[in-house]
Amino acid sequence: MAIHDDLAGACSHLRGAGPGDAVDGVDPQWVVSPSTTAETAEVMRICARHDLAVVTRGHGTKLSWGRPPTRVDIILETTRMNQVVEHVAGDLVVVAQAGLRITDLEEHLGRADQHLSLDQPAAGATLGGTVATATSGPRRMGTGSVRDLIIGITMVRADGVVAKAGGKVVKNVAGYDLAKLLTGSFGTLAVITQVAFRLHHRPLSSRWVHRSVTDVQAARATVARVLHSQVAPVALEVDWPLDGPGRVAVLIEGAPAGIDERAHGVAALLGGDTETADDGPPWRAVYPWTADEVALKLTTQLSSVPDLLSDARRHGVAVRGSAGTGVLYGALPGDVDAGTAGKAVTALRNACVATGGSLTVLDAPADLKAGLDLWGEVHGLALMHQVKDQFDPGHRLSPGRFVGGI
Amino acid sequence: MPSLEDVSLRADVAAVVARLRTTLPAGALITDHNELRTYECDGLTSYRSIPALAVLASSAEQVRAVVAACAAERVPFVARGSGTGLSGGALPHADGVLLLMSQLRTVHEIAPQDQRAVLDPGVINLQVTKSAADSGYYFAPDPSSQQICSVGGNVAENSGGAHCLKYGFTTNHVLSIDLVTPEGEKVQLGTRAPDAPGYDLLGVVVGSEGTLGVATSVTVRLVRAPEEVRTLLAGFSSIDDAGAATSAIIGAGIVPAAIEMMDALAIEAAEAAVHCGYPDGAAAVLVIELDGPADEVAHEYLAVEQLCRENHAFEFRVAAEAAERALIWKGRKSAFAAVGRISPDYIVQDGVIPRTTLAQVLRSIEELAGDSGVRVANVFHAGDGNLHPLVLFDASQPGQSEHAERLSGAILDLCITNGGSITGEHGVGVDKAKYMPRMFTDDDLDTMQLVRCAFDPDYLANPGKIYPTPRLCGERPRVHVSDEPPALGDVELF
Ligand SMILES: Cc1cc2nc3c(=O)[nH]c(=O)nc-3n(C[C@H](O)[C@H](O)[C@H](O)COP(=O)(O)OP(=O)(O)OC[C@H]3O[C@@H](n4cnc5c(N)ncnc54)[C@H](O)[C@@H]3O)c2cc1C
Repeated sequence: MAIHDDLAGACSHLRGAGPGDAVDGVDPQWVVSPSTTAETAEVMRICARHDLAVVTRGHGTKLSWGRPPTRVDIILETTRMNQVVEHVAGDLVVVAQAGLRITDLEEHLGRADQHLSLDQPAAGATLGGTVATATSGPRRMGTGSVRDLIIGITMVRADGVVAKAGGKVVKNVAGYDLAKLLTGSFGTLAVITQVAFRLHHRPLSSRWVHRSVTDVQAARATVARVLHSQVAPVALEVDWPLDGPGRVAVLIEGAPAGIDERAHGVAALLGGDTETADDGPPWRAVYPWTADEVALKLTTQLSSVPDLLSDARRHGVAVRGSAGTGVLYGALPGDVDAGTAGKAVTALRNACVATGGSLTVLDAPADLKAGLDLWGEVHGLALMHQVKDQFDPGHRLSPGRFVGGI
Repeated sequence: MPSLEDVSLRADVAAVVARLRTTLPAGALITDHNELRTYECDGLTSYRSIPALAVLASSAEQVRAVVAACAAERVPFVARGSGTGLSGGALPHADGVLLLMSQLRTVHEIAPQDQRAVLDPGVINLQVTKSAADSGYYFAPDPSSQQICSVGGNVAENSGGAHCLKYGFTTNHVLSIDLVTPEGEKVQLGTRAPDAPGYDLLGVVVGSEGTLGVATSVTVRLVRAPEEVRTLLAGFSSIDDAGAATSAIIGAGIVPAAIEMMDALAIEAAEAAVHCGYPDGAAAVLVIELDGPADEVAHEYLAVEQLCRENHAFEFRVAAEAAERALIWKGRKSAFAAVGRISPDYIVQDGVIPRTTLAQVLRSIEELAGDSGVRVANVFHAGDGNLHPLVLFDASQPGQSEHAERLSGAILDLCITNGGSITGEHGVGVDKAKYMPRMFTDDDLDTMQLVRCAFDPDYLANPGKIYPTPRLCGERPRVHVSDEPPALGDVELF
């Protein structure tokens, strides 16, 4: 009971894990929910002392992404760290705790007519989880992705040491940009307890202009016209289901007085029958998959997005995402057999890699996932192992969940 | 070509030369003292140090060979792009190799259909935009030094420019790089699309000031040229008014491409140097650039004019044509050099404050200057709170250099106490390493060193820069940070 007592001494919010706490099928022993960075540090020191493996969890919206951990003793839940620490509206900067839900942050920022320009696709996601998985939505074309918006970070290392990098000003080149290092690190380097973001004003007005396109040639021409236009789109999205027409959608923002003229211009650019609305089509910023499907992330150079649409359809993968940045999400039905899934992943990965991108299997039903190569060849993997070994020499943070067995 | 018997070379450097003899052409290895002397400093001339050897690389493979030779012989190396850095980042190591990247100047690809350019590290920043202009694209990061600085230097410093308020810094525009690691391995970080799988090592290497390896190829995003650009000049009778106008514009939800501020002393200098025709008698001017779709710019323009007038702009001008726009920008971009006209010596400072503290911090700087008898001219990126106070002094007057140095440091303290940063774009280099412990704790700095140890366990890549007294890799965290300047061999401090 020494472990339990030590943990309880560090943090009063401690309970035994239940069936709902399994991480991708792996059962932890305890769930601990610290309220502060200092409490998190205390917990992590105890985990270090007792050689406990830790998986950090926000609201658990993406906890099954990646490989199942090779072991888990503790779930470190961030949801009690859910405060806005500082929001200086005049600086367009917010500092908040990692367990704060994005939706709650947005409500807070909305009072100042500001927002975190991310369109986080996973409902209920926390700030920390969003950073750890680097999930961005359609607006990344106009205002950047998580890595572009994060300006500061506070972390607790595997050994319980608290460290920060960056700060709370948008422009800052003092020291290594560890906020970017931790963005997309899937909890394998440190526990993120606090983050600072640059914010944007809520748009004064916005319009989504969209149309359907019947074939890839039409999609190619439409997307290329928008990309090389001067309409300054904030988002350029495509939706390419398994059959039937696809859709192309463009978001523009700006002064209310000029927005309708600009929307007309976009409509003319898109050609065909367009629809214009204040709100986006229902599929934007929504992942294409359901819980029991194989979830893919596919990236490619911009001009190859249309080819990828047709490749995906040919392999039974429905895709949608940002044609403006070359980052798409795909869904492969979960009831295909392992051989079919493996073939589709390999073929599409080859297509992505040949055009300068990559394919990641984010998630899949357990039996399929076990047989799939989730990341393909990862450039710089040796360096990544070295970074991991420096930050977490005992391999106790989300062990085995990330690239190359990290 | 220097020979092994060259007595002036240290044994380890001679061994590097021996290793490179077969891979590099004669003439690429420079050991002549006078020639080496030309590289003794970068844009920050107060630190000088002559390298033991300089190597003029003409291919990525040669760069790799040089780094590998240094790694094998445990000889420190420093990459140098165009040497315009303002924090001593490219200051050579007296016992090490200076890798000259300036011959690597090929633009390998301009791909407008993919909004991408593939570049050698020595390519000049402005050359990228020039190469892409015909197809309607440009490279957004635009440091004032863009006519001479290299993209490799931009990557290492995460350089910004006037237009990064809207378009972001170098880090937001680099898709991938080829890096020669300090152990002499070549790796590709990032892909031609965003979000490469694995850790975002690219994000850490950009801005690491050459301490994590040498970039041998840089793939950047190109940005579509805007439909309309309007450059405005507003004159104010007080800095407070100009600051309030800046806040009002940002507060109205407008994101100009740039908002730059200059105070009376900076205006005086720029007038003397380039006759930019800024409003007479202004205590401050704002250079504001709006760009984007024509309809949008037209509306923003009306709003910006109104906000400037509400904040007491006594003059408000819009550049009618390209030449006028160029002149407005010339005043701003030449400001650093221009202060040489009104002062024999000056220090270019670079610090960041939250924008909302602008007026108050500028007042504090003025008070500090008044106390010390040294003058300060202010030129800065007002939109993002990045100050460039130019501390003017006359080194021939007893005590003035010390006053200037002290004031310059006090300005950084002001930045830190106001929640800002000791550098917004010029980097830490050798110059500000001693200030890092004021901004970061020992634990913060040790954590950054973990990355260093992963990339450069032998501490050979640009040692002595950014971090004061870093712990050795594998060592337990240190207990004490000294305030001493970093050890750099025989640095001459002028
Ligand atoms: C008049 C003037 C105006 C300036 N204005 C701005 C400005 O507006 N914004 C701004 O951000 N900066 C500005 N600077 C600073 C400077 O121009 C930038 O930091 C620039 O990016 C440096 O480029 P460089 O090629 O001269 O690099 P160098 O000075 O040669 O090197 C800078 C650093 O980069 C490293 N390095 C160089 N090449 C490589 C490589 N291939 N791989 C790895 N490391 C490398 C060096 O080791 C060094 O640490 C200005 C400088 C001057 C003189």
